Amino acid sequence: MAGAAPQGASRSEVYRGNGPRLMLPTWVFIGIFLVLPVGLMAIYSFLTKEFRGGVIWEFTWAAYDQFFLDRGLFGDEPPSIEWTYIGIFWRSIWQAGLATVLCLLIGFPTAWFIATREASARPVWLFLVTIPYWVNLLIRTVSMKFLIRDNGPLNEFLLWTGVISDPLSLINTNFAVQLGLFYSYLPFMVLPIYSAVERYDFALSEAAADLYSDNWTTLRLVILPVVKPGIVAGCILVFVPSLGAFLAPDLLGGAKTFMIGSLIEEQFKGAAGNWPFGAAAAMILLSIVMAVLLLHARAQSKEAS
Amino acid sequence: MARHTDLRRFTGFRGLTILCLVLLYAPLVIVAVYSFNDSASITRWGGFSGKWYVDVFTGPESPKFRQAAVNSFVIAIGAATCATIIATAAAVAMHRTGRFRGKGASIALINLPLMVPEIVTAVASLIFFITIGFTTGLLTIFIAHLVFCIPFAYLPISARMQSVPDMYEQAAMDLYATPWEAFRLVLLPLMIPGILSGFLLAFIISLDDFLITNFVKGAGIETLPTAIFGSVKQGIKPNIMAISTLLLGVSVVFVTLSWLIGRAGQSRT
Repeated sequence: MAGAAPQGASRSEVYRGNGPRLMLPTWVFIGIFLVLPVGLMAIYSFLTKEFRGGVIWEFTWAAYDQFFLDRGLFGDEPPSIEWTYIGIFWRSIWQAGLATVLCLLIGFPTAWFIATREASARPVWLFLVTIPYWVNLLIRTVSMKFLIRDNGPLNEFLLWTGVISDPLSLINTNFAVQLGLFYSYLPFMVLPIYSAVERYDFALSEAAADLYSDNWTTLRLVILPVVKPGIVAGCILVFVPSLGAFLAPDLLGGAKTFMIGSLIEEQFKGAAGNWPFGAAAAMILLSIVMAVLLLHARAQSKEAS
Repeated sequence: MARHTDLRRFTGFRGLTILCLVLLYAPLVIVAVYSFNDSASITRWGGFSGKWYVDVFTGPESPKFRQAAVNSFVIAIGAATCATIIATAAAVAMHRTGRFRGKGASIALINLPLMVPEIVTAVASLIFFITIGFTTGLLTIFIAHLVFCIPFAYLPISARMQSVPDMYEQAAMDLYATPWEAFRLVLLPLMIPGILSGFLLAFIISLDDFLITNFVKGAGIETLPTAIFGSVKQGIKPNIMAISTLLLGVSVVFVTLSWLIGRAGQSRT
């Protein structure tokens, strides 16, 4: 990748001097309707909650206190660590991590297989993987729910083949949520790995084979290190949306499989609404995601230099 | 040079690829098949019938879903159109104006909607609209959609602009075209495939959105995804499967169009 132009920048200056003017609409819309709202959300996480939703403009740490500390039923006991919400975050991280690993295990072979087809056949294969990504996520999640219901087609099929004698109860389990996450974000893993493999120089594999390396050893010692940037990009593209996912845990899971997305949503939609607490949970989620992205950006720039 | 082993081949990779595609398509295909089920119970197969499609358009729930569909399409067309215009201007700034202050930050800003988790954007938007006193409704949905459509419209437009050399515009300006004329009469026609792809992707992304819409929609206003979600919460009914299949068809048609336009554009340069 040495000598590649910086991302997205080209040299042309046909309309020199108009840059800021042309960029203004982007700055206005994303600035006012995304950056400003996120800033406001940060402020909200330090405000006092109003019952039935909304806030009172008085500064307090209450939301973060409630998130991290347990002060007993009446709030007068010495604080200890509150595990409920940390546990929900931990489960989310764990589920998102597992979904990432599973997507990698299926996604890498798929990306490799597609990238090593004839050049004319690749776009068609790639297109087949892309279509589900563009199909409404809600519809895909509902379809999965329909498929794995207690008396759904999957159970009917397994009963019919005699693999099982009683229907499997999959809905409302961590397994169902995992299946939903894996299914939702699988295409995100294939695409970046595909573009990395497509640029892979097979002369490296030839050299390894000349030195008596078998294919699997070459994969481990040569190919994986070379296409690593694509793998890392794919992992981030699966992990980040899985972490904050709402539809899969909400439709396929139950109370025992609660994830961050549902926790936040409940604060704004449910009867027990607590806006500052919801804003604080969203801030913590955003911090985790930004930390992952920053680490990735730093690792990239280190590799480039 | 002949080798005993094919360096590109790994045992099992073909099988895993097939598995990957089966996993991706099986739930969608099964729902599409069951949407033609004659039985009112979603469990038993009662023969082939298109009656749930008739129900979608004439049944007791049809006014609700028709209104939701109208809202969805109006918002998607509006948001995708505005996002495409903004993204085209941004792409020209990025690829045709040389250096300017804030260029690096601009790339980050365009990509920001892709990096912030959807649930965070949803919460932040709701808080923002409530605080500045906007009544949540169609307008707030439109604004929220416009923001996250910008990066999706930008991707194909930017890719296309990078592949179009600027010599045609230079030639036009040598012949005394103004910058605006060079853009409108030379660059814009060359950009049509990228712009169409960008518009179609933004359109689908807007049509798809559930989470952000659900936060900023306000009481009584539904788009197709929020209406479907509300209905699914009470159990999956056959008419929902018919609507889902229709929406699935719309997505597939639009993605295929976008893909074909992109390919046609590539082969011409």
